[in-house]
Amino acid sequence: MKELVCIVCPRGCRMQLAEENGRLTVTGNGCKRGAAFAESETRDPRRTICTTVRTAFPGVPVLPVRVSAEIPKSRIFDVMREINRTTVRTRLGRGDVVLENVLGLGVDVVATSSVLKETDA
Amino acid sequence: MTASFYDVIVIGGGPAGLAAAISAHDEGAKVLLLEREARLGGILKQCIHDGFGLLRFGEKLSGPEYAERFIDELRARQIEARTLTFVTKIDRPDDGAFCVHAVDRGGVWTVTAKALVLATGCRERTAKQVSIHGTRPAGVFTAGTAQHFTNLLGLMPTRRCVILGSGDIGLIMARRLTLEGAEVLGVYEVKPTPSGLTRNLHQCLYDYDIPLYLSHTVTRVFGADRLEGVEIAEVDDRMRPIPGTERRVDCDALILSVGLIPENELAESLGVRLDGRTRGPVCDNDCMTSVDGVFCCGNALHVNDLVDYVSQNGEQAGRAAARYAPHARTLVELQPSDDLLCLVPQTLDLTGGKDPLTVYFRSRGEENACTLEITVDGRAVFSKKYAFLRPPEMEQLTLQTADWGLTGQSVVRFELKRQKEVRT
Repeated sequence: MKELVCIVCPRGCRMQLAEENGRLTVTGNGCKRGAAFAESETRDPRRTICTTVRTAFPGVPVLPVRVSAEIPKSRIFDVMREINRTTVRTRLGRGDVVLENVLGLGVDVVATSSVLKETDA
Repeated sequence: MTASFYDVIVIGGGPAGLAAAISAHDEGAKVLLLEREARLGGILKQCIHDGFGLLRFGEKLSGPEYAERFIDELRARQIEARTLTFVTKIDRPDDGAFCVHAVDRGGVWTVTAKALVLATGCRERTAKQVSIHGTRPAGVFTAGTAQHFTNLLGLMPTRRCVILGSGDIGLIMARRLTLEGAEVLGVYEVKPTPSGLTRNLHQCLYDYDIPLYLSHTVTRVFGADRLEGVEIAEVDDRMRPIPGTERRVDCDALILSVGLIPENELAESLGVRLDGRTRGPVCDNDCMTSVDGVFCCGNALHVNDLVDYVSQNGEQAGRAAARYAPHARTLVELQPSDDLLCLVPQTLDLTGGKDPLTVYFRSRGEENACTLEITVDGRAVFSKKYAFLRPPEMEQLTLQTADWGLTGQSVVRFELKRQKEVRT
């Protein structure tokens, strides 16, 4: 029996995981997203990362970004390195792609703010 | 300036103020929103991590995404918002309309309003408010300041740091600084239990192997111009450092996440009564403070852990402010037992439409298997079971009070009853 805290929502359910013949049984989860999280956490742990990317605009030196879908936990620092190698030179807005298919992981790095659209910097 | 008289003036352009301005406008009020910073959005501008809006939008948004949804709504309605505007004084000549005195780059000016919504947020407790001995070198930051440097200015405040306090912003910054290549040596918490949300302990600390030390504190800082190290000590059950347990940890920054305090200087200048538990104004079910016509919402009212609740609370305050007409209130006090850290609202006005009544509370300690019971003059009118309650996790309840038989003399108590442990 393994214990796992669900990080999907602020409730933070404490779940109990039991594995038998390759089948995972989850208890203590408040909803089905918890069971899905337990499954993925056991087989292939993934996380979203949120960070900033440098820009060429002095008034807004960094732009907040995130990955468009979860990436393998083991690749977090590889993706960070790619993002930190990038400089945004156009006035991208919220939802615009900063890096397409980063490291071939099938996810994009997208802007999460339209601050560059409204600053005269 | 297009006008000098408004129905509602909202002070503060963070999530609470944005929601209040939008809902007041939707109720038909002529609204002015005042914000001292250059951009709307409040603290969410620098909260680039995700997890906001799960309750409200069913999505995990980052802080800027969440804020910009409301800013877009505000602009679509063409609600007047003035940034880089600082409110210096509010007075109320002849107990009539409120005169709000403000300063911006154009100079000093005054506008008046029938009702005010104070959405001034909260402030971080600083090094001055926790007793740490030693020199005063650079490198001692609040978690919010470190977040401002990292996420808005793109500057790293540290390469190797210690975090004091396990509040959510501290946990979020532990992860953030680690992602950017800094070494976070540990998070030290003076209390025997963590202050932040459980999920943040997991996704911010344990995911990155950052150790959490409970019942520990920082007792001293070292360094002349720049911080060179801190002294850590274990504390006893009364949170006093235990002699002989001190050890030095070398680092270039100490990041403090030691609590938030509602910002209520303007409220106090208006004579608003404050609650010792929340440190925010005492308010009724319409978010109206003890001063008629002055409403308060968001973290200025009480420190929230979820922005979704802040928006909801802001909407409630904005709506009520727009509908505000002076009347004599019949207030019943909602009394929390000592097991509750706080309860908001603190009073219920029987003269208006009071249902549904939304209340927020936190338990004082960690509780397993307990029941929240509400009594009116000793008679139980509501109860709800909780599998566990933790002080960092605020609970929200929606209640129907119509059949509680409330009168101006009623005594309404909220208390926790522990269930007997069930043996398995």
